[in-house]
Amino acid sequence: MNVVLFHLMPYADLDLKAGRDNGSVWVNLPNSNFDPAVGHKLYNRYLDELEYGEELGFDAIAVNEHHQTAYGLMPSPIVAASALARRTECVRIAILGNALPLRDHPLMVAEEHAMIDVISGGRLISGFVRGIGAEYHTFGVNPTFSHDRFHEAHDLIVRSWTEPGPFAFQGRHYNVQYVNVWPRPYQKPHPPIWIPSQGSKETIDWAAHPERRYTYLQTFSPASVVQRYLKMYRDTCKGFGYEAEDRQLGWAVPVYVAASDEAARREAKPHFEAFRNVFLKMPVEMLLPPGYTSRESLKNVMAAKAAMFGDITLEKSIELGMIVCGSPSTARQALATYWKDMRFGNLLVLCQFGTLPADLTLTNMELFAREVMPEVKGFGSAAAAAA
Amino acid sequence: MAFGQRFIEVDGCRLNLRRGGSGTPLLYLHGASGAPAVMPFMEKLARRYDVLVPEHPGFGLSDEPAWLENIHDLAYFYLDLLRALDLRHVHVVGSSLGGWLALEMAVRDTSRIDSLLLVGPAGISVPGIRPGDLFLWSPEELVRNLFFDQRLAEQRLAEPMTPELLDVALKNRHTFARLGWEPRLHDPFLHKWLHRIGVPVKIVWGENDRVLPAAYAQEFQKLMPGASVEIVRRCGHLPQAEKPDAFCEIVFGFAGRSSSS
Repeated sequence: MNVVLFHLMPYADLDLKAGRDNGSVWVNLPNSNFDPAVGHKLYNRYLDELEYGEELGFDAIAVNEHHQTAYGLMPSPIVAASALARRTECVRIAILGNALPLRDHPLMVAEEHAMIDVISGGRLISGFVRGIGAEYHTFGVNPTFSHDRFHEAHDLIVRSWTEPGPFAFQGRHYNVQYVNVWPRPYQKPHPPIWIPSQGSKETIDWAAHPERRYTYLQTFSPASVVQRYLKMYRDTCKGFGYEAEDRQLGWAVPVYVAASDEAARREAKPHFEAFRNVFLKMPVEMLLPPGYTSRESLKNVMAAKAAMFGDITLEKSIELGMIVCGSPSTARQALATYWKDMRFGNLLVLCQFGTLPADLTLTNMELFAREVMPEVKGFGSAAAAAA
Repeated sequence: MAFGQRFIEVDGCRLNLRRGGSGTPLLYLHGASGAPAVMPFMEKLARRYDVLVPEHPGFGLSDEPAWLENIHDLAYFYLDLLRALDLRHVHVVGSSLGGWLALEMAVRDTSRIDSLLLVGPAGISVPGIRPGDLFLWSPEELVRNLFFDQRLAEQRLAEPMTPELLDVALKNRHTFARLGWEPRLHDPFLHKWLHRIGVPVKIVWGENDRVLPAAYAQEFQKLMPGASVEIVRRCGHLPQAEKPDAFCEIVFGFAGRSSSS
């Protein structure tokens, strides 16, 4: 089992009332709410936290991409990953991921990922996403072409990493006369590719295809939903005629560990609820512009609107498996139970979420790494030994 | 005046076409919310014209052809439709997205078109003026912003949403996004060629339009100096729905006189 320290780098000093009053911290929350002096401190604190992940023994440290929002301050995860590449020695660095359809030129992604891979001596994990619906509003990219652009950009990037250049690429959205990427990636044939998703059959069909076998990560969903999609991935692989390896599956989940269950809940509560009920919140029109999902999925979301878009307490979130929160022994047991049901080979823990301050983040990371992670890392290998 | 309904096939696309009345042909090109039913203004126009109300490819009960990627595809499709039905001396009336479509047709070919009447048309951008963000508005905001008279908005909001209507609404929204998401509700090259339109043009705008502000009308008139502009007082984005009698009088006063047949 790989354990990955994942960071969103939220604007933790956000005036929560401003976020709530605006209805969302995405798209149109005025950027006068961002104070660059505060931002300076937050970026450096967050990068320190990720770098500390190496010392604590995480297998990888991970960043992601979001635009024009207090939810995450990494419009370019490449900037964060580059900073980490030079400050760490052996931990893997995961970009989860770059939003391909939002970029005008996929070769920029191919080049920048290759640079980080070469600089870090082959420590990069590449991740590709479509960006969330809100980002189609901010960037003006047509969401009805989102899937097409994603697939075409992916094909161009992987071909640029694997086929000798120069060659010409003719697509519907991208046309390049000379594909000839310098530097070529350090890893052969190319950095591993992970596909984070909120759950979509279309994405699973594509990622699980025998030509790709990409690691599928289910992000921030109730455990029952995670289980459903990870099972769908395994079933899809069977349909393609092969068994999915555990390494092809991952779950990204907020984790908070403290001395006792009571202390963990008390300390995490306001910060997790800010994450879930302010930072993540947006109207359905913002989350799912036309064409971003199939119309069937859109109808399902609209039908489940009350459950998805209402506030949820920390206690209810623990019950639903949207966060692992408690004493080290509670966290170990919860993760062991989830693992038995899902057999994911990658666990991505979000040790900082919402407004969680530096001191609590650090003790959380340390307790998790010392008291929980060693057992979790053994999950896959113990099963393999027993089998 | 009774309207018939049938499916016709043009360019491999099955199209839902309503048609009623007699006289010179009048092609009504609907806007983003489609043309799911025969409306009072259509009935009234059908007393004087042969009124054709298609649901555009990608809207309502019409097919969603794979070739439909932008407004130009739709313009060529409708020029093909005029030929396929052998329509001549056509009065084209287009609302919003449909007005933009009418302009895209007319810069290409007016050989079968006698006049254009555009109701709050999209199609150009005006520096400093932003159209409403139809894609970010909630369904309720959208309806409220369409009408000046909020009683009409209330009526529209009170209409029950059936699964069939929801399917059509989502389909319409999808095609509308495909055509108008980016650049938002306009074609950056269209304005350069509006002078090619050699037939009479009338522009009708609701004074209180919150989707495309009435200031667009002046910009259109600058680009098409021969066009006449009529502002409908106390009216939103859809004069044909909000003020059907006044709207029809405008059509009668324009499309009757300009016909060469």
